[in-house]
Amino acid sequence: MKFSLSRRSLLGLGGLGSLLSRPAMASEQTMTHSLRIHGGLTSVGEVDHARNGFDPYALLTDWDPGQVSQLSNGQTLREYDIDAADRLVEIAPGVMYPAWTYNGRIPGPTIRVTEGDRVRIRFSNRSTHAHTLHFHGIHQARVDGVPGTLEAMPGQEVVYEFEAKPFGCHLYHCHSAPFKRHLHKGLYGVFVVDPNPKRHPEQEAVARSRVLGSRENARWQELLMVMNAFDTNFDEENEFYAVNTIAHELMKRPIRIQRDRPVRIYLVNVTEFDPINSFHLHANFFDYFDHGTTLTPTHKTVDTVMLCQAQRGILELSFAEHEPGLYMFHAHQSEFVELGWMSAFEVVA
Amino acid sequence: MKRSWLWAVLPLTILGILIAVFLRLNPLQVLVGSAPPVESIQIERAVLKSDEPIRLLIRGNGTDPVQIAQVQVDGAYWQFQQDPPGEISRLKSVQIEIPYPWMEGETHHIKVLTATGLTFDYSIDVALPTPDADPARLLHYGGLGIFVGVVPVGLGMLFFPYLKTLGNQGIQFILTLTLGLLAFLLVDSLQEGVKLATEAASVFQGGSLVWLSAATAFLTLLMISRRGGNVPEGMALATYLALGIGLHNLGEGLAIGSAFAVGEAGLGSLLVVGFTLHNLTEGIGIAAPLIRLQPRLWVFVSLAALAGLPAVLGSWLGAFAYSPQWAALFLGIGSGAILQVMVEVGSYVRRLNEPRGSWLTIPGLAGFSLGLGIMYATALLV
Repeated sequence: MKFSLSRRSLLGLGGLGSLLSRPAMASEQTMTHSLRIHGGLTSVGEVDHARNGFDPYALLTDWDPGQVSQLSNGQTLREYDIDAADRLVEIAPGVMYPAWTYNGRIPGPTIRVTEGDRVRIRFSNRSTHAHTLHFHGIHQARVDGVPGTLEAMPGQEVVYEFEAKPFGCHLYHCHSAPFKRHLHKGLYGVFVVDPNPKRHPEQEAVARSRVLGSRENARWQELLMVMNAFDTNFDEENEFYAVNTIAHELMKRPIRIQRDRPVRIYLVNVTEFDPINSFHLHANFFDYFDHGTTLTPTHKTVDTVMLCQAQRGILELSFAEHEPGLYMFHAHQSEFVELGWMSAFEVVA
Repeated sequence: MKRSWLWAVLPLTILGILIAVFLRLNPLQVLVGSAPPVESIQIERAVLKSDEPIRLLIRGNGTDPVQIAQVQVDGAYWQFQQDPPGEISRLKSVQIEIPYPWMEGETHHIKVLTATGLTFDYSIDVALPTPDADPARLLHYGGLGIFVGVVPVGLGMLFFPYLKTLGNQGIQFILTLTLGLLAFLLVDSLQEGVKLATEAASVFQGGSLVWLSAATAFLTLLMISRRGGNVPEGMALATYLALGIGLHNLGEGLAIGSAFAVGEAGLGSLLVVGFTLHNLTEGIGIAAPLIRLQPRLWVFVSLAALAGLPAVLGSWLGAFAYSPQWAALFLGIGSGAILQVMVEVGSYVRRLNEPRGSWLTIPGLAGFSLGLGIMYATALLV
């Protein structure tokens, strides 16, 4: 039931969906625009997303509610199949990176469930090294996914099962050793737990708007942004920074935003080597919910947030009062900006 | 017996077949496995012009072709155009144009990323417009070459009338002083050559290039100077001295020209003064074998030109067409020439010192050490 609802709500994000079908035009317009503004500050060429098997633009709205069924106790069960595999990913135009991936993509599938749901993940390791799924959430030690606990050796399959809590914007990643290498090679993904409105009677409407597929949620333009980076020459310093893996991509193809609908961003920092990353929005301010675990903002009316490694949060903003146009957002470490973490919203009336 | 030429052809034919079979079967696959090829490129030179893109000359240096994917300037990805486009094969070079607003007098760091994400760094230590080879610039660099090459050698030769007043001991002293200065130049040229060789693409094997060109130049010049069976002295010895020192000054000119062109020397005329003082001694050395002769003025002029003018050529090459592998080659040849002159001056002194037949006397050693000392002290200035 919930599954079909969420499919409908995906279609409901019409503005975003329709842009996906005509990316070429948007990219042409923006190239000339960005050249005018930023001189020659860009990477050169185009990434072959089809060969990569994923498109950073599509990842923005690619929520995975899993295989949904009801348990005998009335609890919703959501089942996922995730595999780990080694593959070459073109992380910037012409640069092939020997990545480790969950389901062949970076970040891995965006698991989106509701608070209190039962989550069951069959994890098969088709890679050449041991890997785990380590969830940031409240669960028992035996499903923690660390070396020695549900660690899948190459060729093995393990099953993780836990109840989804607390609600918020979380992540999962491989926790096999050596940690740095397993993380920055690409083994991470986002785990969004929507609040169960019944459990938050005092803010039920707010909670409802967070539930994927609800009527209140349909008017929100929800976007997933994973701030990540790649160290292509393995010197423990990143050569490329991005949102959703591909450097400069969301600058060359700005995210289409309908100005009269509010925007909610699920922002996760999985950058390795640099202790912090940040998100700065041009010409606008937003409310920030650190870790997404509250229904009232932890920071009100800010235009920059700083996130340490694995920190994440939810951003809510509106362009209702703005003229249509390009509104940039990027890390406010200029270093990261110039190495690819530079993006823009294209606000349309 | 008539068919004996076959035995020259057969080994080569078999070798050709073996190479073809080897490349076809690729037996090394077992050893290499699936390891990716090691990519290597050498960024040889950056050319800067006011209000123009940064231009880089990049040469393929590895066994397999390398594809350049992205270029960073000062930690920012920047647009670039490669000419010719595509992969860079071994020894081939390409030019890359980066429309980056570079800043005069500041440092810029360039990082070139290949398709596998490997990075190659290059730094422009002091960004200054690369000189154009227009007449005015040529004149300036030529003047510089004359000032560090021809002028000091000529001034050194002005000691000639004084040298003539010296007795046998005095002449030996001056000649061993020349030996000392040559020994310094030999070590200096070889070191400079080997150092430059490391800046050249490794495929050129710059280090070997220096030593081998030095050996070849040495043997060639020695063969020429000894072809009559006699050890050169007087006019002939002075000419060889001038030639050897001239080849060294070519290398020196290269160093000065390129240093000015890339802005490294832009801060001090001390460098030029130092080289001038340094080279004064060379003029004395060239004049020393002529002491027993009555040479005309034009002899001195030609010797000074032979020893000094290469500095002009060197400074032009260094400023307008610098590449480290050529500089290393020139320095190697210069070293060989200096070694040949050392051998000849040594034999000359030995003959002056008959019947003992050695230059290693007390005044000889004193002269040699003083020669080294003067060169070392004046080199402190550069």
